[in-house]
Amino acid sequence: MIIIISLLVLLMLVSAIAAFIFKDLISAVIASCLVSLIAAVLFYFLQAPDVAMAEASIGAALITAVFIIAIKRTERYEE
Amino acid sequence: MRKLIGIILLIVVAWGIFTSLQNIPFGVPKSKVGKYYNEQGQEQTGASNIVTSVVVQYRSFDTLGEVTVHFLAAIGLGAVLATLKRKDKREVEKASLILTTGCRFLFPLILLFGAYIFIHGHLTPGGGFQGGAVIASAFLLVYLGCHGRRVNEFGLTLAESLGGLTFIILGLIGLVVGGHYFLSNYLPKGELNMLFSAGVIPIIYIAIGFKVGAELSRIIDRLMEESR
Repeated sequence: MIIIISLLVLLMLVSAIAAFIFKDLISAVIASCLVSLIAAVLFYFLQAPDVAMAEASIGAALITAVFIIAIKRTERYEE
Repeated sequence: MRKLIGIILLIVVAWGIFTSLQNIPFGVPKSKVGKYYNEQGQEQTGASNIVTSVVVQYRSFDTLGEVTVHFLAAIGLGAVLATLKRKDKREVEKASLILTTGCRFLFPLILLFGAYIFIHGHLTPGGGFQGGAVIASAFLLVYLGCHGRRVNEFGLTLAESLGGLTFIILGLIGLVVGGHYFLSNYLPKGELNMLFSAGVIPIIYIAIGFKVGAELSRIIDRLMEESR
């Protein structure tokens, strides 16, 4: 169990750093979506299924959509 | 130079967080109110999900504020987007048959799941806010997959207003009839772990589910129409 959680936390860290580094903003948004998704799984493992549901539906689905719509109206690449 | 300052700031903040969290034991319940809710919650409210009994009964006034914040956010976004000028419409490539059919197949299933979450809010994890978000994501799927389909504006307004009104009227009735606080539980509590139990909690959560789902769907509708 502790190994799975550590792996998930590591993956979350990697995707958070990737969201920071990527110059393509769509890729950055997908990486931050991955952060939310893993956070939802971690909430479930930590026995907070209520929060996991909210995180998965709002953090991973709706926020990503809002960001992608905003990027579509502005520019896709940084600098 | 800027990077150096950033690194120093990061170290200072990390040190602050570490030293302040060092003395707090991890995973040990310290507050008395949490223990009280865990022990008395089921008996007092009749809901087997303790989180729900806290959100809708013990802290129902906070929930009213939360619902108001949702409402204000939806109104603010609508006001901001209404001032923007509509661009000339671009030609959108037609979606393939597989994508359209898949979306139309999945849409009622996701709606059903959202409704399940908020109707069973007092029995299983989840509740009005989560169920509403799931319903809004079903509408998002339709907006992404089937171009040209829009949600009925009047229906959204109706669901949102009815949800908010139900919440406030039930709360005020509770203030008058049940006791001396907002949304006190005046309906019979019924048997624990049954669908029709816990008095007003399921009704309130269904109202909140409709309201949140309609508001988030409206936000998605405005954004997608603006970006099209």
